[in-house]
Amino acid sequence: MTPLLRISGLTKAYPGVVANDNVSFDIQPGEVHALLGENGAGKSTLVKAIYGLVHPDSGSMELNGSDYTPKEPRQARAAGVAMVFQHFSLFEALTVGENIALGMENAPETKALSARIRTVSENYGLPLDPDRLVGDLSAGERQRVEIVRCLLQDPKLLVMDEPTSVLTPQEVETLFHTLRKLRDEGTSILYISHKLDEIRQICDHATILRLGKVVGTCTPSEETPKSMAEMMVGTTLTAPKKTAFNPGPVLLEVHNLWLESSDPFGTSLKDVNFSLHAGEVLGIGGVAGNGQDELLLALSGEELVEHDAVHFKGEAMGDKGPNHRRVRGLQTAPEERLGHAAAPDMSLTENALLTAFEREKLTSNGFIQWDATRNFARAIVEKFDVRTPSVNNAAKSLSGGNLQKFVIGREIMQNPDVLVVNQPTWGVDASAAADIRQALLELAAKGAAVLVISQDLDELMEISDTFAVLSEGTLSKVRSAQGVTIEEIGLLMGGTEVSHAPA
Amino acid sequence: MLRLEARPNPSKPMQALTPILAVLATMVAGGILFLLLGKNPFEAIRMLFWDPVLGEYAFYYRGQILIKAAPLIMIALGLSFGFRANIWNIGAEGQFIMGAICGGAVGLAFYPMEAFWIFPLMIIVGTLGGMLWALIPAFLKNRFNANEILVSLMLVYVAENFLAAMVTGPLRSPVGMNFPVSRSFNDYPAANNPELITGSGLHWGVVTALFLVIVAYVALTRHIGGFQVRVAGQSSRAAKFAGINPKLMVAICLGLSGALAGMAGIFEVTGPAGNLSTHLPLGYGFTAIIVAFLGRLHPVGVLMAGLLLAITIVGGDIVQTSLQVPKASIQVFQGMLLFFLLGFEILINFRVRLTIKGAA
Repeated sequence: MTPLLRISGLTKAYPGVVANDNVSFDIQPGEVHALLGENGAGKSTLVKAIYGLVHPDSGSMELNGSDYTPKEPRQARAAGVAMVFQHFSLFEALTVGENIALGMENAPETKALSARIRTVSENYGLPLDPDRLVGDLSAGERQRVEIVRCLLQDPKLLVMDEPTSVLTPQEVETLFHTLRKLRDEGTSILYISHKLDEIRQICDHATILRLGKVVGTCTPSEETPKSMAEMMVGTTLTAPKKTAFNPGPVLLEVHNLWLESSDPFGTSLKDVNFSLHAGEVLGIGGVAGNGQDELLLALSGEELVEHDAVHFKGEAMGDKGPNHRRVRGLQTAPEERLGHAAAPDMSLTENALLTAFEREKLTSNGFIQWDATRNFARAIVEKFDVRTPSVNNAAKSLSGGNLQKFVIGREIMQNPDVLVVNQPTWGVDASAAADIRQALLELAAKGAAVLVISQDLDELMEISDTFAVLSEGTLSKVRSAQGVTIEEIGLLMGGTEVSHAPA
Repeated sequence: MLRLEARPNPSKPMQALTPILAVLATMVAGGILFLLLGKNPFEAIRMLFWDPVLGEYAFYYRGQILIKAAPLIMIALGLSFGFRANIWNIGAEGQFIMGAICGGAVGLAFYPMEAFWIFPLMIIVGTLGGMLWALIPAFLKNRFNANEILVSLMLVYVAENFLAAMVTGPLRSPVGMNFPVSRSFNDYPAANNPELITGSGLHWGVVTALFLVIVAYVALTRHIGGFQVRVAGQSSRAAKFAGINPKLMVAICLGLSGALAGMAGIFEVTGPAGNLSTHLPLGYGFTAIIVAFLGRLHPVGVLMAGLLLAITIVGGDIVQTSLQVPKASIQVFQGMLLFFLLGFEILINFRVRLTIKGAA
């Protein structure tokens, strides 16, 4: 059988990095083909080449046996290749129908188009009202708009880049239902993700990329998530060890926390309440943009709140800034590593100074003790296995995983009583992620409390003792993480409070 | 189509060499400029760079170089702290003037009293005057998010007119035959900033400027305050995370640069200038911007760049008088220096790619 798309020897180099190195694989008609790999493995470059956004340096592609060299996305679409991006390109002030018409070559008249949108969306179990404003839609519904826009062109190959990162578990189910139906009708799907459970559920074949090269292929249903992760990373992985949780005294108490978001597109926090005990790992889940960043800023002291809203070790400090909190042992590690947790052009030594100068006494009378600071930075690098030629290297020269290990390590090395982390393993390779989770668990085992904000439910289930969900700025009740089902979490993420015995 | 592409690893030695390359390129382009003006380019360049330092009359010019360099260095030190933190004080000229007026007015108020504390008090008040003038854009930026570049620049013209009003009004010399000048500070010992060694050009302002280079160096490399300024310049979010109050940073950076500009102003008016007059503003506040960048915002670099620019000012005067070129040609020359410096910096960090549209 002729493959739908054959990629042979595709190479694309950027200054300083070969994004795709002699990549070859086939996509058969009517299959869901997974493209697996860590961040930076070259997945995005490859699909951009398929969609005509990137022009390969060498190599060739064949679509249905004939030469395929799209110069721009328009040609790719004409040839039957459609793509749903991770980040949506929709106008919020326009209706669903108008948005779809904008993306079409020869858009039919509004009424006819609306009718077609209704038919297609109902056929594939993606109910969509063409007259609604996109601004009023949830992330899952917006993705439907993008998918329907693609489906209206009758694509032979549908490329989906990280489609589930913004979806609740229920929305993921709906999406998979649609994808299966499409596959059964003969459309091929190229599915990019690093969520291995999903790939096992939906994909027929997988091609694994590492550092721009194809390092293997597999049939996901015959593999375990662990075995696939090991193929992606190229080493064996060990799951972090979790010890039994015996709640100690309350270290952090958040009470009636309200915070108006300073970001016009942010989510304000509405009456957030929880308490954190010594030895506890509290996982806070939720879809991105539901107040996660705001919660971290309120706890780090970058955004000031009511004096009594944050009690740390008995002291009210809602209106105190970051350094006041750090000195007393409340440390934070924000999601954005470069430019928030670390200054990009500064060395690791200088970045060590950034948050540690008071608690680690790296200054005397305001004068920096550079030797002590360097030693502190070296200690972080050594203890947390940060791969860098020296502590004099700039933060931006480190890979995401290494910098994240440094940032988390910098806070842990200061022996915090409470550590708040947002997305600790986002964009981090699997082995670094395992190290980071292990370090967080060890910190809790020593009697500190850890608050992990994450969108990765598997991660939260793996390390949390207790669990809550942020939805539209409201925090659900904190419950024991044991026995929570994915369905329950999904309902919570959608904003429904499940009646259940609290922890 | 020309396109700039970031170089993955900009060359370190080339980065260090940029100021020197910029000076050389300016000599070549400046030489062409003089050639177009019908002058011998080699003679002009020699007069600009060689004569002030090592020429026949260098014994006189060297003192002049110090006199010109001191205010440039003093102002540029302050500016470089702000520039590092992405706070752009373009109005040092105005703060220089306000420092001179405030400090000078204090001295004139005590005339003809003789006391050792009058001169130091004038310096302090002059410094505060420059600082307060610079805190106006700081306040407007923090309160209303007004752009400090525009506000500080506009305040230069306010300060110039205020100076004119003062020297034609309250501060006009009673013995000045109605000329718009104040009493001479050179004739009032308690308020004078004299040449410490005759013919050397060395006055208290020069001594202070050199001392401040050391202070700034220590503050920038060894003190947590200097560190926080550098963090603020890299990323405002990282600075906030590190507990730095951005509004306080704006006030400190503008206040500090204004204070140093004001201090330069009062040293100038009590020493080399001698009195308050509408001829006081010589553009030190603007030239200091070039000095700060040419010195790569580093105190030692600022010291060297200040001396270099002072040489071009003194040399420029020589060229202007001996070769009869317009004054503007010397300013063009200084402008070229900044142009080439910034241009080379781009070429070191980026590679220029020629792409033909469509093919790519």
